[in-house]
Amino acid sequence: MRLRLRRLDTTALVYLALLAVLIIAAILVATTGRSLFSPGNIRDILTGMSVLGFVAIGQTLVILGASLDLSVPYVMSLASLVAAQTMNGSDAMVVPAVLLTLVVTAGIGLANGLIVTVLGVHGFVATLGVGLILKGYLDTNYQGTEGSVPWSFQLFGATGIGPVPISTIVMLALAALVAFILVRTAFGHHLFAVGGSSEVARLSGVRQRLPLIGAHIGSSVCAGLAGLLLASRLGVGSPTVGSQGSYDLLSIAAVVLGGTVLMGGRGSIWGTIGGVAIFAVLDNLMSVMQFNPFLKDVIRGLVIIIAVALYARRRVIARRIRFAANAPGPNIATGSAPAPAPAPAPAAAPAPAAETGGRSQ
Amino acid sequence: MTGAPTSGAPVLCARGIRKQFFGVEVLHEVSLDVHAGTVHGLVGENGAGKSTLMKIIAGVHRRDGGELTIDDRLVDFSHPVEAGRAGVATVFQEFNLLPDRTVAQNVFLGREPRRRGLVDVKAMRADTQALLDDLGVEGITPEAKVGWLTVAEQQIVEIIKALSVDARVISMDEPTAALSEAEVAVLYRVIGALKSKGVAIIYVSHRLQEIFDLCDTITVLKDGALVTSRPAEELDHAGLVRAMVGRPISAFFPEPEEGTEIGEVVLEVRGGGSEQLDDIDVDLHAGEILGVAGLQGSGRTELLEAIFGVVPFTRGTLRLHGSTLTLRSARQGVRNGLALVTEDRKGTGLALSQSVLDNALLAIRAVFPSRARQMRAEVPGILESLEVVSRGSAQEVRALSGGNQQKVVLAKWLATSPQVVLLDEPTRGIDVGAKIAVYRLIRSLARRGVAIVLVSSELPEVLGMSDRVLVMSDGRVAGQLPPSSTEEEILALAVGTENQVIGDDAGTVGRQ
Repeated sequence: MRLRLRRLDTTALVYLALLAVLIIAAILVATTGRSLFSPGNIRDILTGMSVLGFVAIGQTLVILGASLDLSVPYVMSLASLVAAQTMNGSDAMVVPAVLLTLVVTAGIGLANGLIVTVLGVHGFVATLGVGLILKGYLDTNYQGTEGSVPWSFQLFGATGIGPVPISTIVMLALAALVAFILVRTAFGHHLFAVGGSSEVARLSGVRQRLPLIGAHIGSSVCAGLAGLLLASRLGVGSPTVGSQGSYDLLSIAAVVLGGTVLMGGRGSIWGTIGGVAIFAVLDNLMSVMQFNPFLKDVIRGLVIIIAVALYARRRVIARRIRFAANAPGPNIATGSAPAPAPAPAPAAAPAPAAETGGRSQ
Repeated sequence: MTGAPTSGAPVLCARGIRKQFFGVEVLHEVSLDVHAGTVHGLVGENGAGKSTLMKIIAGVHRRDGGELTIDDRLVDFSHPVEAGRAGVATVFQEFNLLPDRTVAQNVFLGREPRRRGLVDVKAMRADTQALLDDLGVEGITPEAKVGWLTVAEQQIVEIIKALSVDARVISMDEPTAALSEAEVAVLYRVIGALKSKGVAIIYVSHRLQEIFDLCDTITVLKDGALVTSRPAEELDHAGLVRAMVGRPISAFFPEPEEGTEIGEVVLEVRGGGSEQLDDIDVDLHAGEILGVAGLQGSGRTELLEAIFGVVPFTRGTLRLHGSTLTLRSARQGVRNGLALVTEDRKGTGLALSQSVLDNALLAIRAVFPSRARQMRAEVPGILESLEVVSRGSAQEVRALSGGNQQKVVLAKWLATSPQVVLLDEPTRGIDVGAKIAVYRLIRSLARRGVAIVLVSSELPEVLGMSDRVLVMSDGRVAGQLPPSSTEEEILALAVGTENQVIGDDAGTVGRQ
């Protein structure tokens, strides 16, 4: 069992966990005489996924590059205001407003990326600083909600195909696009390399700054999209929509829950989407069951800790072992290996099957 | 391996290479010719300048003088990538691989094949497979994550990465340091395949048997200078070892203090082993100084860490004063009267931004808080007896010289009144005066009946200070020698010319 778990891809594990959460939630909801899978409830779950999904996709990019983005909530708020004010109730201004929002957020991302790569400030501090600057700007220039979003754009947040909201479809399409970029472009490959080991990337001839700058731009633009979605749902721009949802920490939690390593270099977009879905199902379950809202956070916290503790056990360690406690099995060797006598294994050591034993960590 | 094709002009040619670090010249006018389709062995003691030379060829360091030509073209690399473009690839001791990425992704990192702007994943996979097939390697798939491969397999991935840039020269820095014998056989086969493809190989190794098995030409470096460079047939083991050593013993070592007696066994290890060590049997007596020699990476540091309990033995028994112990942490080690002066003074010996006094009290405060108050009064005396030069005990240790920092580390451990002191390269990077102070301290501890293990790369130091010398090789005890032994004898054990065991299959591969 242990072995099989180890062989399993982390992303697959995330979806197994999601399945388990769904089954438990379905049973619990059924005890109240309702159904988790009623069209209305499915729409609720998916709606809950889309905003966090957008932010978490971007957050995955920066975390893969061994950085962080704490400025997302303020970018979201700013995006909602820029969009709502530019639209100002006019249908004709929808496209220009969306474009302007994307440009503004990309600019913030560029600033984040340059501070991280050129000035050498760690992502945590750099984006915290940029976030504070944005917060200060928002707090001094806006007293409350501003602008107004025309009905045509509000449809983005309000309509759906059957029980599936349009916003969720857009979010999943973006996830697919970003996943494709990570696998099939040099940017994606180099981002993984820089996140895994900046030095290895450098010695292999990768320009280390570009992938990280790109990741930060991606993260801010994704937060901008989330801000647009919030503006469309609210009908106005608000200086506090982002920070009220504490999307900075929640998105990092979703990314980590999705199996992406905080140190960078390992993870996947689909894992993140799985993590977002687990949070959405849990939230939905707890509101249907009318749990105490404080308990909600307790459960979220427990889920993250348990998940990361599980992943940590499966971590790959590239440490050279000279004398493995279990018989080493070099797959490639043809000669007879004079294996060191299998010592009486200490009780604590796991004893996986011999053919994979040598490198299990 | 005789009659190798050494005809024609060399692929890589180094002439009078010089290199300085901080004003100290570490390479003096070294020259080297490497021919296509041959293996060029590079040997020498620790610190002889092999790695520096390799790094200059690889573009990691820049030379301060001399010429480096490849195919008669003068080159000056400022970055390993430039060296790679010129056809020089290096397999370093530290792997340059991303454990979380696949073999194919690692091999083509930074040079991903593209089609219509997108990474051509299929071509990448196919090309990697072709390179693997070329070398006749089985059992590695391009889709395997590098972190799951064995060390030998990772080594092969490094070699494949080198080949994928069409390297004409591949240099390997101790490629077998971490390999088992069966894995070494695979490497031998791969090197054979490379040779027949006309690739020139520079091969650095401490294992003389391998040098003779594989190399066509052997170059010996000593103290940064070229000793000899000639065809392998003209050299034998003894001659090679003689060429590697043979420097005068110049350091000064104090004699044992009067009244020093070697007493009963204090520490006893039987069949000790871990991931890095195997079959360790050690006896340590009160008042004894046990020198530990061996090449870098031979398991010396691991031995001390295992005894101290930081990275404990996973097999075997450890007895202290006759009772069996299982030490699972440094804390338990200290509680049982052990002390470990680590190799990395700044990284693991001191809290650099704290004061001299706080550092000296670090261990005792943490492990024996009840004795800390009393010790606080005694520490200034200890520091004084060690002649620590500082602007008072409140000064940050960061500002002290290396020698004085080392004295603070020693004071920290003296404060815990240990019965067994483990010293890992205690005189590395400190001035002569401080060295002698350390030697004197070791002698005085021995007189007081403390058992001492002294690990050092400097053979004169080991021979001059020890009552007995333990030689480590490849994670095992290669042998024990009296202090009257010569450097040659130690080195012979350390590099394994005496009882070298090489699998038969490996030997034949090498000789084909």
